[in-house]
Amino acid sequence: MQTINIVMANFLTTWFDKLKETFLTDDNYKLLLTGLKNTLIITIGALAIGVVIGTLVAVLKYFSDGVPSLSPVSFICDVYTTVIRGIPVVVLLLIFFFGILSSMNGIAVAIITFGINSGAYMAEIIRGGINAVDKGQMEAGRSLGMSKLQAMRKIVFPQALRYILPAIGNEFIALLKETSVAGYVAIIDLTRGGNLIRNNTFDQYNPLAAVAIAYLVMVIGLTQIFKLIERRLSKSEKR
Amino acid sequence: MKSADNNVLISVRDLKKNFDEHIHVLNGVNVDINKGDVICVIGPSGSGKSTFLRCLNLLEKPTSGQIFFEGDELTGKKTDLNLHRQKMGMVFQQFNLFPHMTVMDNLTCAPCMLRKIPKEQAEAKALELLSRVGLADRAGAYPNQLSGGQKQRVAIVRALCMEPDVMLFDEPTSALDPEMVGEVLDVMKKLAEDGMTMVVVTHEMGFAREVSNRVLFLDGGVIAEEGTPAEVFGNPKCERLKTFLAKVL
Ligand SMILES: Nc1ncnc2c1ncn2[C@@H]1O[C@H](COP(=O)(O)OP(=O)(O)OP(=O)(O)O)[C@@H](O)[C@H]1O
Ligand SMILES: [Mg+2]
Repeated sequence: MQTINIVMANFLTTWFDKLKETFLTDDNYKLLLTGLKNTLIITIGALAIGVVIGTLVAVLKYFSDGVPSLSPVSFICDVYTTVIRGIPVVVLLLIFFFGILSSMNGIAVAIITFGINSGAYMAEIIRGGINAVDKGQMEAGRSLGMSKLQAMRKIVFPQALRYILPAIGNEFIALLKETSVAGYVAIIDLTRGGNLIRNNTFDQYNPLAAVAIAYLVMVIGLTQIFKLIERRLSKSEKR
Repeated sequence: MKSADNNVLISVRDLKKNFDEHIHVLNGVNVDINKGDVICVIGPSGSGKSTFLRCLNLLEKPTSGQIFFEGDELTGKKTDLNLHRQKMGMVFQQFNLFPHMTVMDNLTCAPCMLRKIPKEQAEAKALELLSRVGLADRAGAYPNQLSGGQKQRVAIVRALCMEPDVMLFDEPTSALDPEMVGEVLDVMKKLAEDGMTMVVVTHEMGFAREVSNRVLFLDGGVIAEEGTPAEVFGNPKCERLKTFLAKVL
């Protein structure tokens, strides 16, 4: 018993010293903080862009379906979702960073790229949510004299939200983790921050463990938040 | 183009509807619906009764033919359909209440949004109509907290809140448990007595006989026979109608 305690204590002291060395030399921990900040900025920015693009594409698609004169709109929406979903986001990021948007600041490029990427998935999520609402709801709205847009805004979309929100929660989490490839274009995100510390200190474990734990904690936190929102939503709907 | 007769509310001219090359549902329906008419539309399942009714407010776009409402051609290119639909209430078989809103919001959302009626005024009006169908105490409830019969009565009131000139009913009692059919038919009967123009697709022959002033028998995509309830039920002429009545009466 005694020996085990001593071994434990020794191990902890050594580990603690190692942590100090790894994270405090040259203010290495600041790399993690900068990384975390950038990861959050990119994720939230991309999410905002994704929601806007996704809603727009889904609604455009809804209104152009079955209207011959709007078939080009529908076609463009289809091309967007198909192309974007068919290309790995890293490739997209490289194309934007070194090509199309090469004059722009890296984080801005990342926000735009991840936003455009996630918009394609959001569009499908939102379209699915809209389609899950009973057709009779739109008809009831129209029969009262609402325009298609009015009925969409007041009647269909609020009901679609209950299908959409949980999926958007998942997309948010996926996005957060996906941004870990931002390091490919020289952005210091959480992952690259950790990796830089590993490089600087030759500590192969602790920096990456810290990164992993940071992601895990954020994902668990987000999951809880979305659960709470969902519960609120279903309560207020009383269905 | 305007129709001349002042007493005619809806005028249907050579209405045809097919869903694709092969499904011809309506093959030339002609009918004038007068103010104050209570018209029941009967016919076998799949004969196009719902399609006919939904063409009247253009929820279904006619393949050809014309629909006039209050003298304006709904099938015309420049017609503001939404404006006309405000004057044509519709009640669905499946109620189609808005489940995310309270009964009160179901009733007031269209009047407030479309007719710009102040909220208090719309609510007062809704409450008055609700109490007329015996549901004043359910104004704060959500649709899923109501029985089928209550839902349908609310749906009728929702349409009435827009102060329509005609009410279209598509089998309003078909989705109800038998014991709730009566309460909905009673509301419709009162509505008819108050002079509302009504077009009712129904399998309730008792209602058709008692309340309507004209019955249309839809078969083969046309109005195969029409007349007063006494004529249609008492002295049917065409064979198809005789067979149909033998089955449902
Ligand atoms: N959107 C649609 N697409 C294709 N076919 C349709 C569509 N709506 C209706 N039909 C077809 O048109 C025909 C008439 O349908 P409708 O619903 O008008 O009949 P109905 O007389 O109301 O029948 P029921 O008494 O069963 O309600 C049916 O054969 C139906 O399958
Ligand atoms: Mg029908």
